[in-house]
Amino acid sequence: MTLLQVLRVALRALGRNKMRSFLTALGIVIGVSAVIAMVAIGDGAKARVQQAFETMGSNMLVVLPGSTTSGGAMGGFGSLPTLTWEDLSAIQTQLSAVRYAAPYLRTSSSVVSEDTNWSTSVAGTSPDYFAVRSWPAARGALFTVSDVEGSTKVILLGQTVAERLFGQGVDPVGQQVRVRNVPFQVVGVLAAKGQSPVGQDFDDVVFVPYTTFSAKIQGGLKNLLAGTIFVGATGPQTTALAESQVRSLLRDRHRLAEKADDDFSIRNLAETASAAEEGARTLTTLLAAIAAVSLLVGGIGIMNIMLVSVTERTREIGVRMAVGARGRDILLQFLAEALALAVAGGIVGVTSGLLVAWRLAMTFGWPVLYRLEVIFVAVAFSGLVGIAFGLYPARRASRLDPIQALRFE
Amino acid sequence: MSLLHLEDVWKTYIMGETELHALRGVTLSVEAGEFTAVMGASGSGKSTLMNLLGCLDRPTRGRYLLQGEDVSSLPPDALAAIRNRTIGFVFQNFNLLPRTTALENVELPLLYAGLHGAERHARAREALGRVGLTDWAHHHPNQLSGGQQQRVAIARALVNRPHLLLADEPTGNLDSRTSAEVMALLQELGRGGITVVLVTHEADIAEYSSRVIVMRDGQVRSDVRRTARRAEPEAPAGEQHADAAGGSAP
Repeated sequence: MTLLQVLRVALRALGRNKMRSFLTALGIVIGVSAVIAMVAIGDGAKARVQQAFETMGSNMLVVLPGSTTSGGAMGGFGSLPTLTWEDLSAIQTQLSAVRYAAPYLRTSSSVVSEDTNWSTSVAGTSPDYFAVRSWPAARGALFTVSDVEGSTKVILLGQTVAERLFGQGVDPVGQQVRVRNVPFQVVGVLAAKGQSPVGQDFDDVVFVPYTTFSAKIQGGLKNLLAGTIFVGATGPQTTALAESQVRSLLRDRHRLAEKADDDFSIRNLAETASAAEEGARTLTTLLAAIAAVSLLVGGIGIMNIMLVSVTERTREIGVRMAVGARGRDILLQFLAEALALAVAGGIVGVTSGLLVAWRLAMTFGWPVLYRLEVIFVAVAFSGLVGIAFGLYPARRASRLDPIQALRFE
Repeated sequence: MSLLHLEDVWKTYIMGETELHALRGVTLSVEAGEFTAVMGASGSGKSTLMNLLGCLDRPTRGRYLLQGEDVSSLPPDALAAIRNRTIGFVFQNFNLLPRTTALENVELPLLYAGLHGAERHARAREALGRVGLTDWAHHHPNQLSGGQQQRVAIARALVNRPHLLLADEPTGNLDSRTSAEVMALLQELGRGGITVVLVTHEADIAEYSSRVIVMRDGQVRSDVRRTARRAEPEAPAGEQHADAAGGSAP
């Protein structure tokens, strides 16, 4: 018998028990669609995390000043300014893995336009900051190095602030706003960046050159940098190297003894991001594993029905053997039936799994990710389940004694 | 050369501690074209003999030559090939596949012979024609009478052009009129050159054969050649309405 003939005989046999075949395949349908949907959900969550971290900035390190210790209580990082402006320029100029370094000084203040006002974060920084965070201007332009050098009174508005002060769709470039009674000219509006993973609005902020910030908004100590330093590494691979370079440079400059703790801290966003991604991946694996259990249950369903079928059709097997079927023919026939059930279930399962994933993605607003390899693996795996669970019943059928089988009532 | 030749054949079943000798040294030959009936009470070994002749089973001891070839120790796949090409089976309970058309039932041996679609259909149709059931090709067994089912089974046995037709109580589930029809058909096939061996416990069925072998306790008790009575079906086979199935002969 050719394989095509085997397949046709198998399909005909399945067709004789349509309801039973359908219900048996349903187990696989549910298993496969669960796997597909779960993997898509996990992938969607992972992509969401990735997206969130990408909006925060890529290859980015944040250097925070040290902590105060008063009466044995640690004040937490950032409570004591330990970074100096010279630290900043040293990071900028001396380290091979660092491309950008920008100061970030911040306070809260209300920003006043002609008609209204809005309380927001006011930050002083340099153009490098926008490079580190890959944050372009949506309207107008970013302020420049010469704005920093000249301490000009220019301001960049975050999307939220621009909308609050000037209304949606209005171009505020060229308008004036006042911060702590100092008039600033709006040179640009930043592109919308959305929310941080914890829901903080990245666009509720305004930026001025850090020199202007120190001179007009919040004067600081002359040598100390009363804020944080954003560092951009030269690439994703060099982020870790940049981190260790910054650490040893700062320890050197701060003359820390070998066993002393750092008087600063470095946040590596790439690490945080990959940890979060790792978490999402674990979630995906867990979900897929649970779904795979249901696929296994579906396989057991196939085995169960095939065993029933072999018993029911013992006479048929006997007849087939009497007219010349070899054990191999019988084995192939039952295997083909199990395989056809499983693969048909797998194909329907892929379709319904994709639909479920799409529906869930619509509901939760995350990207739908269809991974072709997952679809292939799911169908191949359901085929494998069919063979694995069909093999035992099929072997049993093929080893029947034709005389016994013919006499079976 | 005889078509089949058994030489001191023994078949022993081991049931726990005891040995059961179903056949105790059977020696017999059947010539090509003979129409032989094997009779005997239940437990006489006639079914075991049929299973051996049909290559469904292998003797424990002794030799079985089929067309001069010793088949007593062939592996299962080789026996399957012999069953497929050389032997046709007819059973008491017809053993047609349920929910499968008459044509597909007849095609079954051809499927295992590796024949492809068109040729398979043509040969199966031809075989159905020989038993007078051309018009019933697409009916399922449960839509056919007992006699018709048995004729489908005979068509299935014939379709691969075997040399030997083995019939195990072929009329056991049929009424006397239908039995006569089936026997007429078998006799006709015999005249066409096929060697027929049938098992029966009914003397009037055995009368249709040209040789009667009586078995008892696993041995041949008598072996008589004589003139066969010719089966006269009351109506020509083929175009009858469905007869009542399952009514066994007295």
